[in-house]
This record gives sequence, structure tokens and C-alpha cells, in this order.
Amino acid sequence: MPRRKGAPEVNAGSMADIAFLLLIFFLVTTTIETDAGLDRMLPPIEPPDTDVIIRQKNIFTVNINKNGQLLVEDQLMDLKDLREAAIAFLENGADGSCNYCKGRRDVSSSDNPSKAIISLKNDRETKYSTYITVQNELVGAYNDLRNREAQRLYNRDFTDMESEYLNPETPSSIRDDLKDKVKRVQDMFPQKLSEAETTSN
Amino acid sequence: MAKFAKKKDGDLPAVSTASLPDIVFMLLFFFMTVTTMKDSSLLVENTLPNASEIKKLEKKDRVIYIYVGKPTREYQKVFGTEPKIQLNDKFASIDEVGSYILAERAKKPQELQNVLTTALKVDKNANMGLIADIKQELRKVNALKVNYTTYEGNAFNNLQ
Repeated sequence: MPRRKGAPEVNAGSMADIAFLLLIFFLVTTTIETDAGLDRMLPPIEPPDTDVIIRQKNIFTVNINKNGQLLVEDQLMDLKDLREAAIAFLENGADGSCNYCKGRRDVSSSDNPSKAIISLKNDRETKYSTYITVQNELVGAYNDLRNREAQRLYNRDFTDMESEYLNPETPSSIRDDLKDKVKRVQDMFPQKLSEAETTSN
Repeated sequence: MAKFAKKKDGDLPAVSTASLPDIVFMLLFFFMTVTTMKDSSLLVENTLPNASEIKKLEKKDRVIYIYVGKPTREYQKVFGTEPKIQLNDKFASIDEVGSYILAERAKKPQELQNVLTTALKVDKNANMGLIADIKQELRKVNALKVNYTTYEGNAFNNLQ
């Protein structure tokens, strides 16, 4: 019997078909997910030990009714004006201790940014989309003020610095540097957004 | 000058397809790396609202998902059209949320258990009453970090 010359060649023509099959399988079973949103902290369930007395003028009340209308400081307001009103309240600085505020120093509004509290109330029948829009505007008001101060101090937007700080791919040397900056700007305008339980009337 | 061999008419050289598997494998690896496996199929309608001041949820292993919305068409006969909560692969009632969070938290490694975020994927047409109940349940089990997952866009588009 004559010996064959070498091993017979394997036909690789169907390799592409197999790879296509795998590709289609992965295309079908996977999704590119949208994972971004508004970060919020809920208040702890146990009440604080000491009763904190907050003066009425330091609270900025926002009420949303079931039709999506806004009642801000007991006055009907359009959603588009909410951000400006919140900014004006936050940097009012009535007691003069806040030297970077550019508010009107109205004595009937908030004392300084660290005392200013925004209180958000909504009805049980408020639509979620309206609620998110209001949340977005209030967070936006804080971000606008923080961006302004970050621009003044570090020539950079706060939101930009924060996202670089939170990104796990940022090298730790840069992150340590950013940590203090982010903390400093955050402390200038601490986010105090309280959410009361919803009412049903 | 017969040194140049004449080509025969109509004799096209065959295109080599030997590198086709390599190209397809490249595509395959691209999709394998940029996508994630779908972990649960949606039983509820889930059109998220838009927001502009968003932050990215960086690490997937630190996130617990809760879906809320109207049941999709094939489930509407059984479950009605009121918004429902979906946990993992099934519908759940409001008092199951707490135990679900605790069970999911117990599955994670010890060092991650304190840094978990709850991502609320809520349909834009849901009512706040249900969300308020969920938030209350989350507070009971001390899962205070929440993320209202949204699409990026102009928030005022939500109102239309």
C-alpha cells in the first residue's frame, strides 16, 4: 500500500458560517444598556435624635399636584422658571456669611447655601415623568451654581471634574487631586433636597 | 515578441475567501466585548424619561435593578393595565421589594454590600404613588442609594 503524502487538508470553507452563527447569537442575546440617571440618596428611616429647628425662610417648598402643576413657595410656577427660582433661593445669602454668592440678599429668603433646603412634595397621582423633570431642574440648579464656582476657582466645570473623579479608569494620582477640589465645591453648595412622603389628596 | 504570455479571455481569478472567518471573528469579538448579556426579559413597558443632569452608573456588579411599568400587551389580559413592579423575571407586589433587595444584597461579595445602588427603571407614565411605596420599602431595608435611570436628553420632552 502506498503511503499518502502528509495529512489531508481540512476544508475551512465552512468556518465563516460557524463564526456568523456565533455572531448572530451574540447580537440577539445582548443589549447595549442605558445605564445613566439621576443619583439620589433617600433619607434614613429612623428620625434624627435631635430635633433640628429650621426656619421657614430657609425652606424652598416645591409641590407638584396630580396634573403636573407646580406650586413653588405658595405660588403657581411654570416648570421652565423653576431652575432660576431655585438658584436665586440657594445663593440668596441673607446673613452675608457667603462671600461667593451673587444673590439679592433678600431677608425673607435663605440665610446661606449651607442652610438652604429644598423640600419636594408630590401627589400620589403625579406622573413619574413630571417628577423626573422637576428633580432634573433642581439638581440642575445645584450643578449650575457649582459649575460657576468651579469655573472661577479651577477654570473647569464641576460636573466634568466629578465625572472624571468617579470614573474608575482615572489614575489615582489625578483622582486624589480632584477629590479635594470636588469636595470643596460640593461644600460651597451642599445638596439638601428633602423629599417628604407623598400626600394622597 | 512572444515573451509575454497572453491571458485567456474571460478567466477571472477567484477571490480568496480565506480571510473571511478572521473578519467575522473580529466582529464577533467586538460585539462580545461591548455588550452585556440580557439578564432578564422585560415584562413591563419601559420607556424611560429624559434628563440632562445625569450621572453614569459605572460598575454593573454594584447595581440592583427594579423595573416598573404597565404590563406589556401579552400580559395585560392577566395582570391588567395598572403599572406593576418587575423583579428579576416575574411580577411582584410591593411588600416583596424589601426581601428581594436583601436577597440580592446577600448574593454580592461582602465588600460590595455597603456600596450597592438600586436602579429604578420606571416607565414615564407610571404614577408616583407606586414609586413612593417602593422608596418607603427601600428605606426600610436601608438601601438608600437610588438611581432614577433615564435616557439622556432634554427633560422638558417628558411633558409632551
